[in-house]
Amino acid sequence: MSSAPAIEVEQLVREFRKGPRAVDGIDLAVAPGEIYGFLGPNGAGKSTTVLMLTTLLPPTSGRASVGGYDIVHDGAHVRASIGAALQEAALDAILTGREHLQLQATLQGMPKADRARRAQELLERVGLTEAADRRVGGYSGGMKRRLDLALALVHSPRILFLDEPTTGLDLQSRSALWAEVARLAHEEGMTVFLTTQYLEEADALADRVGIIDHGHIVAEGTPTQLKDEIGNPTVEVVPADPTAGDTLAARLTSFGTLARNGNGAVTVQLPGGESQLAEIVRTLDQAQLKVATLQLHQPSLDDVFLAKTGRKLEGAGEEADEQQR
Amino acid sequence: MRRFAYVARGVAWRSVHNTLVNPAILLPSLIFPLFFLAAFAGGLSKVAEVPNFHYGPGYTAFQFAFVFLQSAAFGGVFTGFAIARDFDSGFARRLLLTAPRRSGIIAGYALGALARWLLTATLITLAALLAGMNVLGNGGELVGIVGIGVLMNLVAALWACGVAMFLRTEQAGALIQMPVFVVLFLAPVYVPLNLLSGWIHAVAQINPATAALEAARGLLAGSPVKVALAFGLLAAGSALFALWARRGLASAERAG
Amino acid sequence: MSSSASRRPVLAAAGPLGALPAPSLLEQVGAIARRSVVRTFRQRALLVFPLVFPLILFAINGSALSAARKIPGFPDVSYRDFALAVPFLQGALFVAVTAGTDLARDIQSGFFDRLALTPLRGSALLAGQLGGAVVVACVQSLCYLLVGIASGVGIASGFGGALVLLALSILIAFGFAGLGSLLALRFGTGEAVQGFFPLLFVTVFLSSSSLPRNLIKTEWFKEVATYNPVSYLIEGIRSLIITGWDGQALALGFGFALALSVITLSFAGAAMKNRLVRT
Repeated sequence: MSSAPAIEVEQLVREFRKGPRAVDGIDLAVAPGEIYGFLGPNGAGKSTTVLMLTTLLPPTSGRASVGGYDIVHDGAHVRASIGAALQEAALDAILTGREHLQLQATLQGMPKADRARRAQELLERVGLTEAADRRVGGYSGGMKRRLDLALALVHSPRILFLDEPTTGLDLQSRSALWAEVARLAHEEGMTVFLTTQYLEEADALADRVGIIDHGHIVAEGTPTQLKDEIGNPTVEVVPADPTAGDTLAARLTSFGTLARNGNGAVTVQLPGGESQLAEIVRTLDQAQLKVATLQLHQPSLDDVFLAKTGRKLEGAGEEADEQQR
Repeated sequence: MRRFAYVARGVAWRSVHNTLVNPAILLPSLIFPLFFLAAFAGGLSKVAEVPNFHYGPGYTAFQFAFVFLQSAAFGGVFTGFAIARDFDSGFARRLLLTAPRRSGIIAGYALGALARWLLTATLITLAALLAGMNVLGNGGELVGIVGIGVLMNLVAALWACGVAMFLRTEQAGALIQMPVFVVLFLAPVYVPLNLLSGWIHAVAQINPATAALEAARGLLAGSPVKVALAFGLLAAGSALFALWARRGLASAERAG
Repeated sequence: MSSSASRRPVLAAAGPLGALPAPSLLEQVGAIARRSVVRTFRQRALLVFPLVFPLILFAINGSALSAARKIPGFPDVSYRDFALAVPFLQGALFVAVTAGTDLARDIQSGFFDRLALTPLRGSALLAGQLGGAVVVACVQSLCYLLVGIASGVGIASGFGGALVLLALSILIAFGFAGLGSLLALRFGTGEAVQGFFPLLFVTVFLSSSSLPRNLIKTEWFKEVATYNPVSYLIEGIRSLIITGWDGQALALGFGFALALSVITLSFAGAAMKNRLVRT
């Protein structure tokens, strides 16, 4: 197996005419057969990165190669090497699942004799045989996502791009999709570049994670490495009086990096570890601040995000939406 | 009664406001009647030279009467589109939940349709006058034409209201519009009734829109004809379609 | 997901170009055209309404304006014969809107991006969409002609003229479909395409659709109708129905239809290049 990266990105930039740089000089490398999780809130630059790597959006500057081919100069080769399921499950509601696959097979240049067989094989693989001849307009969200994945696999690509593939899916559909993605990578050696805003998805699936915020990669490594880097537990305190959030934050700021959540809750990192918990309780008691809940959390990728950006991943998405408005 | 009025006023205000702030809705409702006036009065004016075509005020006035009533009818029809959109977006459910007197909703939509049409009617009347339309009727007769237009607008709005509330989807648009369109065009649109022949003459004779159109033309010419018949038919139509709209509302309430 | 043994792929991993050669242009056009036709025939409202509405108008106007044949100078035919040309133009407008909204829906839904990730060429995508529109135009035109004949309209140019009429009508629909595609590619939304429909509708009215140009009394209207290319499209079709073989009318009709097709296709092709951004 070649040791050259399947995906290699150097100082990739994408600027739009109106607005800040969506992608602001990112570097990353994905090894063949790896599942790379690209984690970040809404508006961080994930989808823009995917559009550039799949040749649908030219970069402003920088370079990248996918499957050994330059994304700017060898676009056709790149597209032949990849499959992509983009942010919207872009399907034609009037066609059936089988017709989608056969159309895709035709457009990918598959010989006529193989198209029907390939369509059937993929329908079986994603569990859509019963619905195969029904119009896609009647499919559930989970079924659409599965068909989307099948379409990306028609020409047996070596590299798969999945842009937020489980957004909007129920738990069962999400687990099923995770299982299939893991199988593609671990049994078939497919390289998977997966963008997500769900921590648990990156944690569960990805071999390595890159965390992106405002167009920059702020952290990169295996989930375990990233969490060990932070190493610090966090405490989430919800005041009994929702309006006491400011007072609470003022009392806790001396303990570590703070983040404010909805309903007045405050999360604080504990650089000194769990032993700081007792001190926190004493401080709150002395200040006579009544507390609704107080929870200790071990590090998560959200904590990694908090440490690197000063914001929690969940709140960061809403903030980005506000800025865009 | 007061609650009915509040609901009606609120719904009517929203209907008018949404039209005025949305050029995509306002402009077609103003421009299309003007266009029809130009196309029919301008492009077909030679039709007045057909033997036995007698109409004192001239072909522009002849067509103005049709376009005036057509704009009234379509103004009512567009209300149905708005109601259907409200159901698709879920806003109609909110209305049904909050309105203390739900029949006020129908009245509100109808009032909104009327208010919007009065704006259109003013514009096409001004345009026709600027184009040199002759008006031979007196003030009372002109008020009569407006009265026919108001009732036409009400009948169409109530029809559209009922269909939209029964079907509760924007897909109902064609079903709302087509019958009104066909009924209007099966009246003596281009020539007087006596110059129609064949099947269309037979249909136009029994078409209620014919009475309304001939009454409007008669009033414009200062020679009223079939005015009582027109008002009677339109009043009966209003009552009938008010029931129809109420049934539609009941269907929407049952669907939740 | 299935955990059956049938996970062995039919093909070995494709990898770089060479394992799966790009399909031929004809195959690409055929696949897209097939999809376009299937989509239209599965949405009955898209097929039925463009068939029925122009015929309803034809039935009404053909009768309601029958007295117009008594206007001094009107051709010596029934008004119904005179009016049959109009449904062909109205049908072409519906083809334009359907072609445009279909393409716009693909752009808005992201299906266009899916197609962009395949070796599909922009010209093939456009040709395929238009090919589908042409099939629909064939069905429509044949229906209008058969209904017209069944209602008593005589085709002065005979069977050969009827075939030429169909060809002209299809060419006109092709040109308008190009316009619909251009609007879709330029603006990217179905609403924008449908927003243009009233404007197209107006151009049919402001022409010699209702009366011959020499009988339009209102000077400004006559002027507009004279400069309106739609007048010559209608007159080209009409000449085959009421006159027979009128070389000048046919030359103008085909000329304008061809010009419309060339212009709209050129601009649509350029718009496709801009829209199908791929490195």
